Parts: sequence; C-alpha cells; structure tokens
Amino acid sequence: MDYAPNTDDQLDDMLRTIGVSSFDELIRAVPAELHRRAIEVPAGLAEAEMIALGERLAGENRSLKDTASFLGAGSYAHLIPTVVDAIASRGEWLTPYTPYQAEASQGTLQAIYEFQTMVCELFQMDVANASLYDGASSVAEAVVMAHRTLERPRILISEAVHPHARQAVATYVSGAKAVVQEIPTVNGVTDLEALGRAMRDDVACAVLQQPNVFGCLEPMAQASELAHRHGGLFIASVYPVSLGLLQAPGAYGADIAVAEGRCLGSPPAFGGPGLGLFTTTNALLRRIPGRLAGCTVDQGGRRGYTLTLQTREQHIRRERATSNICTNEGWLALRATVFMALMGPQGMQELARLNLDKAHYARERLLTVPWITPAFDQPFFNEFALRYDAAMKVEAVNRTLAKRGITGGHPLAGWFPGLPQTALWCATELVSKDQIDRTVETLRGVR
Amino acid sequence: MHRESGAGGACGDPAQGEGMMHVPQELLYTKTHEWIRREGKDVVVGITSHAQEELRDIVFIELPKAGNAVKRGEPAAVIESVKAAFDIYAPVSGTIARVNDAVLKSPQLVNQDCYSGGWLFAILPGDPQELAQLLSPGDYTTLLTAGAH
Amino acid sequence: MTAEPLVFERSVPGRRGYRLPAGDVPQRTAQELLPPDALRATPPPLPEIAEFDAVRHYTRLSQRNFSVDTHFYPLGSCTMKYNPKLNERIAALPGFAWLHPLQPSAQVQGMLALLHELEQHLCAITGMGAFTLQPAAGAQGELTGLKIIAAYHRRKRRVRSTILIPDSAHGTNPASAALSGFSVVQLRSGKDGLIDLKELKAKLTRDVAAIMLTNPNTLGLFERDIKTIAAMLHEQDALVYMDGANMNALLGIARPGDMGADLLQLNLHKTFSTPHGGGGPGAGPVGVTKALEEFLPLPRVRKRGSKYAWQEQNRASVGRVHGWYGNAGVLVRAYTYIRSLGAEGLARASRVAIINANYLKAKVQDAYPVPYGDHCMHEFVATAKPLRAHGVNAWDLAKRLLDYGCYAPTVFFPLIVEEALMIEPTETESRETLDQFAHALLRIAEEAKTDPDLVRRAPQRMAVERLDEVRAAREPNLRWTGPRDFSPEAADPRATGGRKAA
Repeated sequence: MDYAPNTDDQLDDMLRTIGVSSFDELIRAVPAELHRRAIEVPAGLAEAEMIALGERLAGENRSLKDTASFLGAGSYAHLIPTVVDAIASRGEWLTPYTPYQAEASQGTLQAIYEFQTMVCELFQMDVANASLYDGASSVAEAVVMAHRTLERPRILISEAVHPHARQAVATYVSGAKAVVQEIPTVNGVTDLEALGRAMRDDVACAVLQQPNVFGCLEPMAQASELAHRHGGLFIASVYPVSLGLLQAPGAYGADIAVAEGRCLGSPPAFGGPGLGLFTTTNALLRRIPGRLAGCTVDQGGRRGYTLTLQTREQHIRRERATSNICTNEGWLALRATVFMALMGPQGMQELARLNLDKAHYARERLLTVPWITPAFDQPFFNEFALRYDAAMKVEAVNRTLAKRGITGGHPLAGWFPGLPQTALWCATELVSKDQIDRTVETLRGVR
Repeated sequence: MHRESGAGGACGDPAQGEGMMHVPQELLYTKTHEWIRREGKDVVVGITSHAQEELRDIVFIELPKAGNAVKRGEPAAVIESVKAAFDIYAPVSGTIARVNDAVLKSPQLVNQDCYSGGWLFAILPGDPQELAQLLSPGDYTTLLTAGAH
Repeated sequence: MTAEPLVFERSVPGRRGYRLPAGDVPQRTAQELLPPDALRATPPPLPEIAEFDAVRHYTRLSQRNFSVDTHFYPLGSCTMKYNPKLNERIAALPGFAWLHPLQPSAQVQGMLALLHELEQHLCAITGMGAFTLQPAAGAQGELTGLKIIAAYHRRKRRVRSTILIPDSAHGTNPASAALSGFSVVQLRSGKDGLIDLKELKAKLTRDVAAIMLTNPNTLGLFERDIKTIAAMLHEQDALVYMDGANMNALLGIARPGDMGADLLQLNLHKTFSTPHGGGGPGAGPVGVTKALEEFLPLPRVRKRGSKYAWQEQNRASVGRVHGWYGNAGVLVRAYTYIRSLGAEGLARASRVAIINANYLKAKVQDAYPVPYGDHCMHEFVATAKPLRAHGVNAWDLAKRLLDYGCYAPTVFFPLIVEEALMIEPTETESRETLDQFAHALLRIAEEAKTDPDLVRRAPQRMAVERLDEVRAAREPNLRWTGPRDFSPEAADPRATGGRKAA
C-alpha cells in the first residue's frame, strides 16, 4: 500500500524543477557510511491482506464482547451510544491538528469549551482543562502542581489510591525535591488517624481516591478537612461514571480533582489511549497544566473560542512551563463530550444506579458461595473485594471461569501482598443478571 | 527583562522610530529595561515605556511575595502577554518590601502608566553601593538609540 | 458561516439523548446502600438534548474545522500526512478495542504479539536496540528518556545535572529537561544552522549528562557531523538523546541508531500516520541501545517459545510512565501502517517527502528566502521578512492562508530565523496541491505589497475573524455558566451571562 500520490514521472519532473538530476543529490549531506536503503521489515500488504492479518491477530484475543467480564481495577467498560462513534469517526473530528490557528479550529475549540464545562458540572469544580494523557498521570500532575504551588516538600497519598497512579507520582517527583509518604488503610479505607498524624505544615497535599482501589467509599469530606487544617491541598482521584450518583469532589472541598475519563464514551482498548480529567478551583487557575480553551469575541463582535493562558505551556515557557505536556487527548475528549451530552443529568444518574444495582446483586449472590467471604465491610459503588478460602487460588478459580467464557475478579495479591486470596470484582451495566447467576453457579461447582 | 516568546516576534510597525521614547530624568535604569525610583528607604521598580511597548498587551503579572529575598540580576517577577512571558530582574539585592496589587487586578496599568500607577514592587536594598551601578537617564537613552535590546 | 450555539443553549428540560436498557437485577435505592453524605444532592447539571439535537450540533461543529481530511497542513515538524482509514478499521476491531488491560496474557496473545512485533519493526526502522511503547506522546517519551539518562548516571555513581540543547530545539525539550531536574545549557547554532562543534566543545563540561538534538534539525537540515557529535559526547560518557520528530526524513535513508543515538523518541502521530484527533491521542515510543535496555519502563512484552508474556520485574527500570501499557489503540494503528507500507512503502514515503519539500522550496524561495541550507530534507524554513517592509508579518500571512483554504505552516519557529515559516508538505500531498499552496503564498506576497491591510485583516472567509486573545487571557472564560436559553439573543456574547471571572 502506498499513500504517496505523486507518480515516478511526476517526481522526475519535480526533480528538474528543483534543479537536480537525481534524488541522491538532495541527500548529499547524509554521510555515505550512514546510508541504509533497505529497511528490515516485511513487504507491504494490500488492504485485504492487512484486514486478514488484523482479524487474525484480533481473533487471538478474547474480547469483552465474547465474555462476561467482572474486571475493573482502574479500567471500566461501559455502554457507548452509537452516535458517539458516528460523530467521532468524521474526518473533521479525527484528523485536525491542535487548534493553534483558532479561526480554522472553531469546531474543536467549541467542543473543548463544552467539554471543560461538562467536566466542571460533573465534578462541581471551577475550572477544567482540555484533558491530560490519562488518570494516572493526572494524579501525578496534580501532585506536582501542589508541590510547586505551595513549595512544600511532603506528599501524602493513601495506599488505597490505584498503584499505577502512585507509581506515576513516584516517577514524576523523582526529579524534584519531594518526599512521598503512603498513608495506610484500615478495613479497606484510608486510616484517618494516620492521615491526621502525618499532616504538618510541610505537607503540600493529601491524595485520596473515590471509590478507592478496593471499591470502598472513602471519608472524603473528613480527609479534605484534615488536609486544609495545615494549609495543604486536598487532591481527589474520582470515577466519572460514579458521579451520576456519588458526591462530587467540589462539594467536599477538593482543591484539585482528577479522573480517568475513558469510561465516558470510549472502549477500554487494552488501557490506552486514556483521557485524563483535571479540574481545580479558581484560586489555582494559573497553576493548572495542560491546554485551556476560552471564550472570547472576534474583531466583528462574534463569539469565538481560542486556546488561552498558553504562556504556561512548553512552547513558550520552555524550561519554566508548568508542565511539558503538549497533547491533550482531544479525540477522546470529543467522544466524552458527545457522551455526556447524550446522557444528560438523568442518563448519568440512571447509569450510575444501574451499576450500583448490578454490583450489589452480584456481591450478594457471590457471597452465597461457601468459600467466599467479604474482604471489607464498607459501602461501595460498583466494585468490591472478596476473600476466598485457602484452598481456592484466585488464578485457578479464574481459569475455571475462563473455560465458561467468564473473566473473574482481579487477584489483588500482586498489588497488595497483605491481601492474598483476595479478588477485586466489578459489575457494570454490561453484565447481565444471567451472566451473574451463571458465574455463581460455576463457582459453586468448584471444589 | 528577558523574553521567552512563542509567536511574539518583533511584530510592530517597522516605521515606528524609537528616538522619541520618553525617558524620565528623575529615575535610574537597567540594561534590561527596568526603572528604579528611590522612595525613602526603598527603591520602587517598574518597566520602561520601551519595554511595555515591546510586550504589547499585558495580560498577567506574577509578583514576588513581600518578605522574599532577591538578588541583583535575578528574576523577581514575570510579565505575560498573550504569546510571551518575560522575566523582570531585581536591579538591586535586598528584600521585597511591598508589591503593587493593582497591577494584579488590572495588568493593563503597566501598558497605560508604566512609570507611576504601573509600578511593580519595592525593594529594601541590602547594599546601597549597588545603586551606583545603575544606568543614568542619559546612559539609558544612549542604550535605546543604539538599538541594543 | 452562521454561528453555532453551545450545546447548553440547545438544552430543553426533559429531553433525553440516549435510553439505557432496563435493569434486570432487583432495583435498590441509593439511600439504602450508601451513607447520605456520599450521595450528591442533585444530578449533574449537564445539558438535556435529544439524540438528533446532538447529531446536528456536533456535525455542524465539525464543519467549522480544518482537518487533514479536508485541507492541506504544511506544518513543519508535525508531519500531517494522510491518516489511513484502514488504520481505524483495524483499531476498532472488538478483539483490540474491547480488551481489558488486566486480562490474563493467555487471553490477549494476539495483542501481545502485535506489540512485540511493533517493537521489533521500530528497532529495524531506527537502528535502536529495544523500545518501550508506554509513553503516551512525544513529550512523555522525552520525560521517559530523561529519566533513563538520570538513572544511567546514578548507576555510575555520579551526578551530572546539565543537558545541552541547541537553540533550534522544540520547546518540549527544555521543558522536559527542567521537569526532570536538569539544568539546560543552550548551544548556539553555527552560521550554517547546524550544531557548531567549537560551541559544543566549549560547553561540553564534565557536568553534561546528555545532549538533546533533532536530526534532521528543525531547519530541515541533516547534521552532517552527527557521528563526530556523538563521539564527543560518548567520550565523556554522556548520552545522545535524539528527538525523532523528524523521522519522516529518514526512512530508508539513515538510522538514528547508526548515527550514535543512545535514546530516540518517535511520534507515532507524525511519521507513522496515526491521526491527530484535534490535539491527541498520540504515542511516543522510546528506543534505546541495548546498553540502556534494562532501564526501560515496565512491564515489557517478552516472547518465550511461541507464547507472549509480561515481564514485570526489573530493578533497574525507571518505573511506570503510563497507567497501563501505553496507547494501545494508537499502537495498533501504527502497526497497521507499517505492515501496509512495508519496507518499500516506508522508504518511498521519505523519498517523496523530501522531493515534495524541495519542490515546494524551489517554487517559493524567491519570494520567501530560505536562509539556511541549499537543499533541505523533508521540511524547510523560509522567512517572511520581505513582507515586513509592507507592515505584514508571518502571523498575518498565516491568517491570510486560511482564506486561501490552506492551514498555515508553523510560524515564528525555530527562533533562530526571523519571521520563520516552517513548511513540511509530507509525501501524501499531490503535486497539484503543492502548486496551489505555492501559488497562494506568492499571491499573498503580492497582496502584501498592493493591499497590506487586506492581509492584516485576514482571515475574512472563516467562521470567525481574528479573536481577541488579550481579553481571553485577561478575563479567562473557560466554561459556560450562562442561562439555558435557546434564543438568538442569548447566543450574543455581548449579552449578559456566560462569564465567571476567574
């Protein structure tokens, strides 16, 4: 396959216009010993051949369309309205560049402005940016923002924040003079006493996740208050679909609230691309990383949209930028915008309720299996941890389930060595009652 | 003043000359286009007319905190236009005595009234000798007409 | 083009855009399951519109965009080539799109095989020894590379805190370096626009951890002395980081690994045709020499026999930079592209890209001089300085090009050329398009002489004229807070509402 339209004849003619007799004259500056014409990759494929190859490789994967999946653990699969794909696949949404030339990008810029607005409405925060790479790096960016704003060295982060986010934080702060301290949990939620003891005047921020990595609901308002008592910032990492029902971070005083937003209108895609949602308060507006679209007027008095506050960004501040980021996940943000517009307030609330019902039903039924007990006794949204008796290894149980086309809960021991024999189960609106019942039946049959 | 700019090249009207720039005679200056006025124990600092012209529309100003220590020749404040960010340097070492909150709310004051209402911050100097190293109005005028930026 | 109101202005209480399936499990109430302070008091105040409202609104909005599918984008260093539809079809297959990252490897062998093979192809194309596919964009790739550089020197028990960066570099280079805790020392380019070896020697102190450079550089010129430069750095056991943004000039021509690069980040949304999406997603895989492989982020795909698995443990690794494994959706697109083009197609891509760029340069350089280089590679930098005599600058030119139906080239970058126009046509543009673009540039040069005001007022044919960016920055209006009122008056920004002062 070749996407370069100019024929060899045309190219020869163009070389004449340039004033050279061969292509090699154009690359004279490349030393002869570096020249390497042959690329050691296979010969190209025609479209039909590529489709056959792609389908073969895809066929070697068991997708969530072929199985009943109870996997969550930071990546959540939800319904995607047909209209989202129909709109997003338009070339005018998929193929533009970053909207630096505002007059040629009013579609993208207005969509970003709508996106920023809707995210603020969902989160009850003042300001949202045009998105960051993903949820994990958004947590890290939030921590860096707090550290640089307050110029305080200590970061407190609950161990119930997703391990990937905690790892991203560690990676991002390794170049700065910051120290990260993990706050332990007790019965599946952050130990508020430990948090209180750790809060001091040298703490830049405290980070909690809602629901947390175990699916449990955290005491966010109390944690927020503890952080503020010593002038630190409170950072909340939240789950967008849950916000149809659960209290929004703005309501419990979060200074920065972030999330993985891929669940709003995009498929799980093996974990990427993601959509980092990032919000903050008006007081911290100037410290926010990433792009911002703003509303203004043009010379004719018409309403228009433009990227603004760009002086924070890398292409101007270079080494003093608030971050080095120069992408947002524009296409996923567009998908999320269409998704939220279609769902509206009622849709988001209903979607959250469906999840709540499915997961509570699933947990109730799973607990009827004799060798399963609850890991924690906490309120939860759509995810919960279960403990298996010693004889039942989580991986072995999952292999049995896999034979029946079921993907069981994720074993937590890898992330939390103190939780062996514990699996994290998630039920979204995508699993049916039948699939739940069948799963329970299968598990009852396991000895 | 040092500029970091994205699309803020010398975009002005090339026909505009610089010889008519107003250089108040009661102030002192730096090579980096800051002006200095002595006010009691303090020295008040702002940017010159030449600087604000180059900056064009100022949209945001980041001022130091009162009480911060500053060193001569090091960045003390940042002024932003739409496409560029500029460092403003401390002309003398010392402590920040006070800052002009008015320009935080209305950055355009620096464009409109750079020598008076658009002042930026005041320093309590640590070493009075440093004042002698500042440029006189005559020296600054020479600098401007020589075209050195 | 008529104005398009905000979706909030189309909102009518009670409208629904999507109907969820009925629940098949017993319905509970939130109040019985969750503590009262965990619940929000009212549903989120999102817009209420019908499905067709959404389709109309977002379709009409899309028509207010330029895009590669509709317009020529000669943006230097962005490589805005055609985004093949085939890539989209393959990436959307449920066997790729509907995979959960935590599924056991046995369930995702096809995906792991693709990732493994992609790494190998990128090694073959670039001459690097190993790749990480995790970084989500070029800038994140830089961050990853810098972490590896820091880890390398830490391992040797020494502190090296300086990175050398040419003054022509992309802004992300110094930003990333600073974020990683390094200080940046700038290298002034020589008179020929290339790295000056004497300048390099002077600034190559014992504190230098690495150099970050682009080859060809942002002027579109190949750094002839690249092997000497690499040797100078290696002699001090400092590393060579190459920004691979300009890889579209090198396919089948020269390999960064052979040039002496120790690290290389690629932008899959540039050379490898994945779509820009209005600002993302991208992907920024980082290649390293074998000597640096142990520092690569985890996890990595390993092949054992005919099976693929994740390698999770490695003490030397710099850690995780992405929540999962990288932008898999983008990686599938790039893989499709590489397999579609194959060895021949990839080599041809660079060849045609270089010819297209030189052709365009030949057609416009009389009106827009090119200060550096005789021939260029896949891009060139011209100056719009001649227009300044008429009071027209590169920004005005960029806006007037929009009226001619072309997106503008990169302007005012690199900083070492005044009124810079950085032009990269790519190989997927036809000769006819290049001729049209050259014609537009020459017409505008004429307009600058005869009617400069016309150029300064541009654009006049777009959805909006030039926007008040000063107001946007002084009074940030970053979200809609106005009335939900769909009347023409409400759409007028000079009316009340819609402004929440920050």
